[in-house]
Amino acid sequence: MSAPALPQVQPAAPVALDDAAPAVRTRGLTKRFRGGQVAVDDLDLLVPRGSVTGFLGPNGSGKTTTIRMLLGLVTPTSGEVELLGEQVPKASAKVLPRVGALVEGPAFHPYLSGRANLVRADAADLTSDPRTSRARIDAALDRVGLGAAATKRFRTYSLGMKQRLGLAAALLQPRDLLILDEPTNGLDPQGTREVRNLVRELADEGCTVLVSSHLLAEIEHMCDRVTVMRAGRVVAAGTLEELALLSRPSLVVETPDRERAAGVLRSLGASSTTLDPEGTKVRGELPDVPVEDVVRALVHADVAVRGVARAGRSLEDLFVELTGESSDVVG
Amino acid sequence: MSSVEMTRLPVRSAAPVRRRPPTGRLLRSELRLVFGRRRNQALLVVLALVPVLVGIAIRVSSGDVEPGEGPPFIDRVSGNGLFLAFTSLAAVVPFLLPLATGVVAGDAVAGEAQAGTLRYLLVVPVSRTRLLLNKYAGLLAYSLAAAVLVAVVGLLTGWVLFPTGDVTLLSGATVSALSAVGRALLVALYVTASLAGLAAIGLAVSTFTEVPVAAMATTVVLAIASQILDAIPQLSWLHPVLFSHSWLYFGDLLRDPVPLGKLTEGLVLQAGWIAFGLALAWSRFTTKDVTS
Repeated sequence: MSAPALPQVQPAAPVALDDAAPAVRTRGLTKRFRGGQVAVDDLDLLVPRGSVTGFLGPNGSGKTTTIRMLLGLVTPTSGEVELLGEQVPKASAKVLPRVGALVEGPAFHPYLSGRANLVRADAADLTSDPRTSRARIDAALDRVGLGAAATKRFRTYSLGMKQRLGLAAALLQPRDLLILDEPTNGLDPQGTREVRNLVRELADEGCTVLVSSHLLAEIEHMCDRVTVMRAGRVVAAGTLEELALLSRPSLVVETPDRERAAGVLRSLGASSTTLDPEGTKVRGELPDVPVEDVVRALVHADVAVRGVARAGRSLEDLFVELTGESSDVVG
Repeated sequence: MSSVEMTRLPVRSAAPVRRRPPTGRLLRSELRLVFGRRRNQALLVVLALVPVLVGIAIRVSSGDVEPGEGPPFIDRVSGNGLFLAFTSLAAVVPFLLPLATGVVAGDAVAGEAQAGTLRYLLVVPVSRTRLLLNKYAGLLAYSLAAAVLVAVVGLLTGWVLFPTGDVTLLSGATVSALSAVGRALLVALYVTASLAGLAAIGLAVSTFTEVPVAAMATTVVLAIASQILDAIPQLSWLHPVLFSHSWLYFGDLLRDPVPLGKLTEGLVLQAGWIAFGLALAWSRFTTKDVTS
């Protein structure tokens, strides 16, 4: 996937581009669909230039509706969208050629070849140069590793190939901003890794990336910032480091007597305790109690202790807590 | 963090975006899409079979057809094969041609919506108005191709199966065979114009749904309903504004001199329906949320 670089558009004359403006900024963005359902609620989203920002949230939290509003597909009920310093949808014609997007899965004409689909996408772009069309399409196909399958009909593609073609379409032009909605969906581990590398590569070339996912691991691997969404609202935003600071250390007790151990931890002041799905661990937030006191209390309560460890809470715990996507929470 | 951002920043953001004058690339792409689709090709094949079948039927049947029976001009075909083009066009205008137009029209926006390609066209970006105009142009090109195909196959079949030569027009004047061929193409053009109103309505219907088959069926049903209303004498006050009312006016092109009254009337009627259809399509499409 590290094939020839895409031809760059050469700056003809100094153009006043507002480089200081964030890549994405929304203010009070709200979408209420007919029927009253509020998909996005007063959303303030900020994606700084040059960042790879993860857009994290469980399915149905409003990520895709937000992305559709960013791209002018859906009209906000209220609020503003700015991409690269330009208002959307007012200045869409001006700003969207600088934005590559993958929205809710790839979509192409099934009876056209992958290549013919890209030809159509490029033909639709008023800013693209027809003379370089072939070279740019070939470069984009090579870059996503689809060169060999380019002449096959889209309907014969596997899900992974479809996803790659979607990425190729987003890379037909040099972009300042990529908005990728679940780009690794349907990819095998190898493909997932390739997409991650591609995203990092593009970021290194100076492209700002907003990548949405409902999988935290994806975001952790690709992103340096993250915005967490839940039920149409932002519940956390910052760099991965900042969010890690948010999470307080906790204590993990390995024991067959999970219920009793959880009770002891709560009696010592744990605000909440979590039973791990594997079934032998109890996690509790006890920042101020020394470990030896905890062990003593556990032994007094006749809990069979196999191990006790202090653990920094992972981003995943934070994510689960923020989005309420947990199945086994006690306390 | 911020130092990392600084080093990344300048690489791409200096690239200016310049719009080029439209070169018709999207329209060519649209034409490839419409004419490359198997279903649309199959409809053209069916249309092309009509003159062949009608020609063979007339050739093998012994009995003469009384004037006024069957499709217009069918009684003249055995006298001059070139009339097969006109009688074939008259035969496909009430149903097959509206069906073909309705299928392509219904698919225009709804098909892209269902495939999900609509959202990607819009984020390219293609302005919604530009997309509608390209879709409509592709639609008219398809209707024109269908009508011309029927005319050409009609002329060829008639030439093979029947005597040809100078053509005696409906008004009694005689014109050369070559002139008759010219008139056949003119008729095809007029038939296309006559269906342009339906095409615009179909395009509008297509913006209201993400299910292309529903849009196609609705358009074809509207075409049939309009003709049924047109056949009810008690509704004669309504007839002049029905978009199907002028579909058979093309017969006037077979007179010499050509009386322009009804022909012009038909074009004005279609212009009205085109304006209505496109306005409806535009107002719906430019304000709708694309959630497909």
